[in-house]
Amino acid sequence: MNEKLLLEDGTELEQVFCRPDTLTDVPYHYCPGCGHSVVHNVLMEVVDELDIQDKTIGVAPVGCSVFAYHYMNIDMQEAAHGRASAVATGIKRVLPDKLVFSYQGDGDLAAIGTAETIHTVNRGENILIVFINNGIYGMTGGQMAPTTLPGMVTSTSPYGRDVHMSGYPLKITDLVAQLPGAYFVTRQSVHNPNAVRKLKKAVTKAFEYQMQNKGTCFIEVVSNCPSGWKMTPVETIKYLEEVMFPYYPLGDLKVPKE
Amino acid sequence: MIKGTVKIDAKICKGCELCIIACPQNALGLSSNFNEKGYRYVQLIYDACTGCTNCALVCPEAAITVYRQAKPAKKSQVKSE
Repeated sequence: MNEKLLLEDGTELEQVFCRPDTLTDVPYHYCPGCGHSVVHNVLMEVVDELDIQDKTIGVAPVGCSVFAYHYMNIDMQEAAHGRASAVATGIKRVLPDKLVFSYQGDGDLAAIGTAETIHTVNRGENILIVFINNGIYGMTGGQMAPTTLPGMVTSTSPYGRDVHMSGYPLKITDLVAQLPGAYFVTRQSVHNPNAVRKLKKAVTKAFEYQMQNKGTCFIEVVSNCPSGWKMTPVETIKYLEEVMFPYYPLGDLKVPKE
Repeated sequence: MIKGTVKIDAKICKGCELCIIACPQNALGLSSNFNEKGYRYVQLIYDACTGCTNCALVCPEAAITVYRQAKPAKKSQVKSE
């Protein structure tokens, strides 16, 4: 980070931001503007800043982020669909000194892995669960997920989600916030620079709580899916602000009592 | 005004334009050229960068490196010297 740059007029500039060292040099396979990559960057920046690269273990899910282990230069394990939090539980119980996080999407955590997620949090496993909610199954072609908003058009709900047939969007973060095992539950976003700064603070806090053996930390990131939503990345930011955030309000849902 | 600049890795930029809308100085824009992957990449089109790091924070590809002028020493420190 101490690299310097000399401009033509003699002004000396210091490097203030660069690609995190813990990221590998592999370019992301994600679509342009995808929120997954921003969350990867933030996670690895925190790992860099806390200097915990050698003792962090991540669990990758099934979904778009299935190749997360190609990009994060830490120890990683791939889990079966929806079972990332259960795998993370096992790793943490065998290696209690390591910092373990699971990284899951909404089709993984809120659909097929609902039971694993709720029971992991209920047991108060000392892990961090990062939940990326973009309201859609991105990897398989934009099908309706449990978190799809009412009226939202997806490839399996071409006339919009009908709540009489498919039910209401599942606010799983609100659900797990009720459980006594949860220590820190928050909902963040990556739609603008301030949101990214807040997410970074939340991830830092979560890793620090895990070092103190406090309990499950759960971070939901409301994200976008330009390809699945059939919008440009800039349009998805507007859609997030106008449609997603009223249903999934940002903020802390459970904060530790000091 | 504090001066800064950005270096953008054109090879991995996917031209999603999220940095362009995040830039408070409107200093970034799309190039008219394409990179190896066929995306129009982002470049600094206007020399007004203040090194605020907003673009780098929202960049999904982590393609932006930000440089900023060192902050001038505070007046109180100068006096004491």
